[in-house]
Amino acid sequence: MAATTDAGVFDESGLLAKAREGDSAAFSELVNQYSRKIYRLAKHITQNDSEAEDVLQETFLKAFEHLGDFQGQSKFYTWIVRIAVNESLMKLRKRKSDRTVPLDEPLDTGEDTVVREIAVWDENPEQQYSREEIGQILDEAVQSLKPAFRTVFVLRDIEELSTEETARALEISIPAVKSRLLRARLQLREKLTRFFKRKGDDVFAYL
Amino acid sequence: MTSLLTCKEFMQELSDYLDATVDAELRRKLEVHISECPNCFVILDTTKKTIEVYKGVQPQPIPPEVYSRLMKAVEKKLAATHKPG
Repeated sequence: MAATTDAGVFDESGLLAKAREGDSAAFSELVNQYSRKIYRLAKHITQNDSEAEDVLQETFLKAFEHLGDFQGQSKFYTWIVRIAVNESLMKLRKRKSDRTVPLDEPLDTGEDTVVREIAVWDENPEQQYSREEIGQILDEAVQSLKPAFRTVFVLRDIEELSTEETARALEISIPAVKSRLLRARLQLREKLTRFFKRKGDDVFAYL
Repeated sequence: MTSLLTCKEFMQELSDYLDATVDAELRRKLEVHISECPNCFVILDTTKKTIEVYKGVQPQPIPPEVYSRLMKAVEKKLAATHKPG
């Protein structure tokens, strides 16, 4: 297969060049490489399995269609993330019964940074929870965030895009990314503390 | 002499501090604050752990039927755009 070079490294630019010439195996290899992450991203934003599947398909079909427009100035992954984010946000906007906060609504009310729970965490939460349980706790915490916070957190801290890449993908300003990220992180910290705090402990252990 | 930060001011800079995007002077002020404020120290520490715990999560495999439909859609698209001859 054309997936790797002799050294076993994933040869993305080689695959892209072949895919541009219509090599279907090369394009399929790119799909294979990134589909898990794109599906996770779509599920996080849409919170809906069937919409996430639509987004997954649309993302790669559009990527193939517009492969000629991809200049290679950004990473291929960043480029397809932007397509996936656009497709996911379109799904959110299409929902007529959607009562969630619109993505462009000002959110800087300050209330979201209120901290209620201050407790140190258990050093080894794995002893208390199974891997599956931890995965579920993390997923549910993200799902409970408002879409505007959730999308920024997912792009910055799960998909590990830079602040600038996140701003471009969501078409919002850099200060908006930073402000939403702070709030998302604090809200998640609060939610996770309920599960991961050291039992019978509080902040005064530090005094 | 530099003025001390309040907890509220500390919280506003927390994210940038963790991303290491604050300048040296602000960084020093934030570090002075956490050395004196146990509550903010714990908030900083648990926020850092929150970020770390998500960064380590690998994406789950796509359900086989979803993956198979994806590959079928991709193959169909590729076949449709393939120039005959």
